[in-house]
Amino acid sequence: MGKNTKRDTFSGYEFTEIKKTNPVARVITYIFLIIWALVNLFPIYFMFTFSLKANDEIFGENIIGLPRNWLWSNFSSAMNTGNMGLYFVNSLLVTTASIAISIFAALMATYALTRIKWRGSRLMNSFLMLGLTIPIQASIVPVYVILSKAHWLNHYTTLIIPYSAFTLSMSILISTGFMVDIPYDLDESARIDGCGLWKTFFAIILPLMKPALSTIGIYAYLQCWNEFMFANVFISDSAHRTLPVGIKALSGAYTTDWGPIGAALVIATFPTLLIYIFLSSKIQESFIAGAVKG
Amino acid sequence: MANNHKKKLDVGKGITIFLFLLPALLLFISILIAPIIVSVYRSMFDWNGFTEGTFIGLENYKELFTSGSIKFMTSLKNALLIAFFSVFVQLPFSLFLALLLGRKVRGEKSFLSIYFMPVLISTVVIGQLWLKIYNPDYGLLNRFLEAVNLGDWKHVWVGDVKTALGSIIVPTIWQYIGYHMLLMYAGVKGVSTDLREAAMLDGATKTQVDRYVVIPIIKPIIRVSVIFAVTGSLKSYDLVRILTEGGPFQTTEVPSTLLENMLFLRNRYGMGSTISVMLIILCFAFALAITAAFRDKEA
Repeated sequence: MGKNTKRDTFSGYEFTEIKKTNPVARVITYIFLIIWALVNLFPIYFMFTFSLKANDEIFGENIIGLPRNWLWSNFSSAMNTGNMGLYFVNSLLVTTASIAISIFAALMATYALTRIKWRGSRLMNSFLMLGLTIPIQASIVPVYVILSKAHWLNHYTTLIIPYSAFTLSMSILISTGFMVDIPYDLDESARIDGCGLWKTFFAIILPLMKPALSTIGIYAYLQCWNEFMFANVFISDSAHRTLPVGIKALSGAYTTDWGPIGAALVIATFPTLLIYIFLSSKIQESFIAGAVKG
Repeated sequence: MANNHKKKLDVGKGITIFLFLLPALLLFISILIAPIIVSVYRSMFDWNGFTEGTFIGLENYKELFTSGSIKFMTSLKNALLIAFFSVFVQLPFSLFLALLLGRKVRGEKSFLSIYFMPVLISTVVIGQLWLKIYNPDYGLLNRFLEAVNLGDWKHVWVGDVKTALGSIIVPTIWQYIGYHMLLMYAGVKGVSTDLREAAMLDGATKTQVDRYVVIPIIKPIIRVSVIFAVTGSLKSYDLVRILTEGGPFQTTEVPSTLLENMLFLRNRYGMGSTISVMLIILCFAFALAITAAFRDKEA
């Protein structure tokens, strides 16, 4: 990042700086950091362990230890009786479709906003950025009324269209950050070669935006995968429930049996954690990109 | 002739721009902008969602702020209380963590990744986990209190008027500490090493460097965090629905849960629209006020 360029001049002094650090303060710092790490890891550990326990262990003497009998049947009851398999597929479908629509619409809009010169592009950009502040609750009543009059509640599209709209502003914001980094000479040489705006977009810009897709997509994925309010209001039949709504239904049905609920929570969470293990810095990057420029 | 040709080009370009923007505009206008306009209009109706309804001017707004049975003032007070704790407990703690990790501690990336984890988990899952912690008979919290001989402190956490709101605030704050920490950490890392070292050479301690060099530089990020924390609190819904359903005796309602009640329990779609309009106004008003407050301080 170029901030180390002048460092050599100071290297003589760095030694004194290190000497100043108090070893006691250091130890206290680490103890604190580790305790806070445990506070953040514990709920996940708790979730995984009680998803594999029977009630007598959870309610009895083995509350937070590892399960003694690994009760995998909790997972099968969550999948079969609890329908978590179906809800998982529903969530996957809704999320994937929403991300795809949101990214595509965002990339096209960003192209028009950043790489074509026209009066009003800045105004249009601010207009589209309104979506960052507008709460999604703002549109829930009219959208609900229109959908219920059109008998369009309880479809996948009932959630897909609003989700792509709600993630749109953030997708545009993040893709703008990437698209302005592509050298503008490319567009000009493309035009000299006789490429129109459409061809430039599809043949030159889109392929170059490939590395940006994961950053844009991750943010949208988390928003859609975890969304609860719209899903709770718009979906009432069990065939189209997404995971958050499914979990709420399941916890109503299994008030006394904690194991299957734990299994459901694990089923809903592990894809995200798996992605996080492999792409943690990418995920963090996408959150930073979304906030720092907003 | 040449002029005509140019005009044709401009029209062509205009159409192309329009077509590029079309998918985004369709989504944005049909799901966000048009519904808001309808909400504003419908907020002035006594309307059950299915008939035409009757125009009643600003009566809904008046009722919202004066009627005790709507509970809007309670819900607003709760949302603002969540906002207060977010800004004055959550954010300072996030900033503290960000500054600490910014001092090149060993394993900073791992700590960062762990602290950020709760942000990724669905609030519904977080809520379910906390229900298991709060459970009066088998919950971890009560059993822990019993184990350390503090049985008197045991509560029916989410069912007791005295503790219900607190039981919502704690997980809300805990879950997003990592989010704000990450944003602030990105800012802290952006402060040039030269600047830090120069201040150190002048005899500043690490705390002084943080206080007088780093914090002023990352102020814009702190501003974003404050805006997100406040508007996020105003919009809170998930944890309330999962933990308390607005109870006991509607003491933990927030505007969004009231909004849902208006639709499904009371068939008052006009009043529901009024609440959503109020939410938009509050979000924008707070965002603007916070921006202005930060500008004043900088001047």
